[in-house]
Amino acid sequence: MAVAERTLEQTPKDPRPTVIADDVHIVYRVNGGARGKGSATAALSRILRRTGSPGMREVHAVRGVTFVARRGESIGLIGSNGSGKSTLLKAVAGLLPTERGHVYTDGQPSLLGVNAAMMNDLTGERNVILGGLAMGMTREQVRERYDEIVDFSGINEKGDFVTLPMRTYSSGMAARLRFSIAAAKDHDVLMIDEALATGDRKFQKRSEARIRELRKDAGTVFLVSHNNRSIRDTCDRVLWLEKGELLMDGPTDEVIKAYEKETGR
Amino acid sequence: MSTVSQTTHDSVVAMISPPSPDDGLTPAELAQKYGLSVSGARVGLGEYVQQLWGRRHFILAFSQAKLTAQYSQAKLGQLWQVATPLLNALVYFLIFGLVMGGRGKMDNHDYIPFLVTGVFVFTFTQTSALAGVRAISGNLGLVRALHFPRAALPVSFSLQQLQQLLFSMIVLAMVLVGFGHYPSLSWVLIIPALALQFVFNTGLAMVMARLGTKTPDLAQLLPFITRTWLYASGVMYSIPDMLAKKDVPEWLDDLLLSNPASVYIDLMRFALMDDYPASNLPPHVWLLALGWAVLVGVGGFLFFWKAEEQYGRG
Repeated sequence: MAVAERTLEQTPKDPRPTVIADDVHIVYRVNGGARGKGSATAALSRILRRTGSPGMREVHAVRGVTFVARRGESIGLIGSNGSGKSTLLKAVAGLLPTERGHVYTDGQPSLLGVNAAMMNDLTGERNVILGGLAMGMTREQVRERYDEIVDFSGINEKGDFVTLPMRTYSSGMAARLRFSIAAAKDHDVLMIDEALATGDRKFQKRSEARIRELRKDAGTVFLVSHNNRSIRDTCDRVLWLEKGELLMDGPTDEVIKAYEKETGR
Repeated sequence: MSTVSQTTHDSVVAMISPPSPDDGLTPAELAQKYGLSVSGARVGLGEYVQQLWGRRHFILAFSQAKLTAQYSQAKLGQLWQVATPLLNALVYFLIFGLVMGGRGKMDNHDYIPFLVTGVFVFTFTQTSALAGVRAISGNLGLVRALHFPRAALPVSFSLQQLQQLLFSMIVLAMVLVGFGHYPSLSWVLIIPALALQFVFNTGLAMVMARLGTKTPDLAQLLPFITRTWLYASGVMYSIPDMLAKKDVPEWLDDLLLSNPASVYIDLMRFALMDDYPASNLPPHVWLLALGWAVLVGVGGFLFFWKAEEQYGRG
């Protein structure tokens, strides 16, 4: 099935690329992660001896990744923890600047960020409005979809919780509300980072259905997950990242098979 | 086509190649051919301003949310919006009015409105700068998760301070009336004065926001700088009175009076207090107020915009 889909999209019927990553390198600069003693006197002596900028360490998270994603593709990203999957997505979304190389995109890719502009001290109600506005919806759109968002999250199923501050929510409830807000908008290029793992079983089912819906409208979908089954279910192409390098890029079955062999499952 | 796998670059080329006309194009050429743009690139100034204007509802909602969240755990709740500035004024009055006797020629009837106005107006600028320095570095989660012109954050924070100031103005109006300075036509002048100060503060917040992302240590240092600025700006004392005793050159007098904080403070005192002598104002005071606002407002905006694509790193 995956093979059939691939041949279909390779006939030049609609070969429009939506995301092109060209030798992308991403470096994080971390303050206060310096090796050696962390005491004040040590910091002072480092400054006096002028040994570079003292508390600064660099983490080379993505090293030279190149790929082309096309309209209609659904691409999974796999790799062990810390392999640079989320970082790469953030660079595609234009949220992290690249150190070298370029990311070209068609339209504005959006990251289905599960932690958006939420404030724990505010009520769920105000967070829905604030989150919607933060994602770039207009006030009218937010007002229109408000009921839809609250119903979808299901936080009002156990009483009137939406008028309580978010700090009173259980972690599951908060995660559900965040997902509902993020999923309320339509996207060109949609990137989902482990979002499927939130909430109880009933909510997971509902959110999977919502993601399938979003996929229909979106040009290209990226999905980061450690769950090989959900990758198999939703993706027709997989990128395997390891230590920031692209180890493999190809049809889902092949890459997952190689990945499982490598990780011993 | 399922033989297409192998590693990085080969597979990409293989994907593009077979019957496709894109054969042999470099990624950059391919991007150009299909009109793809660089993700996260800085947009032109005009478009940036447009985007920012498009986010005005978010900016307002964000500033109001921050303001509400500030006291949401306190028992007195939003009452603290008014109580905090009132207590502030009281502390300064105790120390500088009663203990130190820094009131010079003024009696309580003038000194207390003089002091309270100064404290509130200066606090507006001070807190904008302090909030600005953390506007980006304190909201990295937001910056890394969502797309919006980053200037929305410092603007939002100084808007929050403006709303905070409006609460303080309620206290100020009570103090003024309590000490016999009744509303008059000159009170209308607070509108242009506040508007200019708001523009100045927003520019300052944007400068601080950019500096704060590169040098987080500034957040530790800035309170000391603003406190020095506070003591130099004639908040608790009248600059001309103080310097008259000291026999200092006149240019120093003018310099202190021309610094933006004392310009905006003096304008506000001039607008609100019945008999505030115009001789306490520096020459061309409105021009100075406008000049500072334009210089720092526009300059700060440009300075912030120049590094737009860099925010979110590190």
